[in-house]
Amino acid sequence: MDREHSSEFSAHGPGGTAGSTSARPDSKRYGKPMRWIWIDRFEELNRGTSARAIKNVTLAEDHLHDHFPGFPVMPASLMLEGMAQTGGILLGDLHDFEHIVILAKVPKVTYHSWAVPGDTLVYDAKLLDERAEGGTVEVIATVGERLVAEAEIIFVHLDDKDPQLGGIDQKNFVFSMNLMGVMEVGRATAAKPETDKTGDE
Amino acid sequence: MATNEEILVKIQEVLANALGVDNEEVTPSATLVGDLGAESIDFLDIVFNLEKEFDIKIKRGELFPENLAAEGDGLAIDGVVTEDGLAKLRERLPHADVDAFAVDPKVENIQDLFTIDMLVKFVAAKNAPTTKSCPLGHECAVNASNCPQCGHQFA
Repeated sequence: MDREHSSEFSAHGPGGTAGSTSARPDSKRYGKPMRWIWIDRFEELNRGTSARAIKNVTLAEDHLHDHFPGFPVMPASLMLEGMAQTGGILLGDLHDFEHIVILAKVPKVTYHSWAVPGDTLVYDAKLLDERAEGGTVEVIATVGERLVAEAEIIFVHLDDKDPQLGGIDQKNFVFSMNLMGVMEVGRATAAKPETDKTGDE
Repeated sequence: MATNEEILVKIQEVLANALGVDNEEVTPSATLVGDLGAESIDFLDIVFNLEKEFDIKIKRGELFPENLAAEGDGLAIDGVVTEDGLAKLRERLPHADVDAFAVDPKVENIQDLFTIDMLVKFVAAKNAPTTKSCPLGHECAVNASNCPQCGHQFA
């Protein structure tokens, strides 16, 4: 980080200017935003009805070494984030991702168990309600047949032309930061083998 | 058809869940924002739950309209709602006590129009029948004075 970089960063702060277009930190200058992807692969999408995604818990993730030392478990808050990302894509898909989908409220969440390294969390989301302003999903997290968590999550829709957004770039929200790439992961596994393609040509 | 008291009991349950308050706090005169601590994101939760609880459909902005009196549209000047603004509020919030608000019509007080009593009246109006039958069983509009098919005069 050069000197100019450093002084501007400290003057504005890394996140204190969100909402103001003119003062928003320039991602090109401050580096890429932190990846915030808490699902590994989208397994199933039944438009407007349900979705399933998975998250593999691994000791390669740094945070597990702090949460907790000697007893690594997937943090409940990040599990909720993965559940919200699964439900958010389910809702966003219904409107062809025209709206910015923001997690507004979690009216209910219950954790029954935990997930440890080596576990595969399966997030099953069901669309409960959907309307122009937003929607509600119910998501269940399981490891095998073990129920780990269940939540009800409310999302609101915002539009990038909404004056209340103050010109915030949609790229800062749910469907960017490569999150949508998780939908491609599943497709990649189903792609035709390279040898077949060669044979076709 | 449910009475207003029955509607109130269900609304108490809905708001206790949505806002984390005690049922007893949800009195008819309680304001959603000032007394019960609702935030804008709670409004959507409340709408979802009212629809589910009462089996009704609430259109966007029907219960909680947005931009009720923005400066510059003639509805509010210097933070005070104008006469035109009050008329607009009466039109958009037919179940709210706009007369009480008109005593001190500051824009910042608009949120006090959203009371439990307003919700009860809104739901009651939504649940009210829109048709009635004449003695021959024809379906007539609830405010019709005559049956359009057989001419029966309603009392």
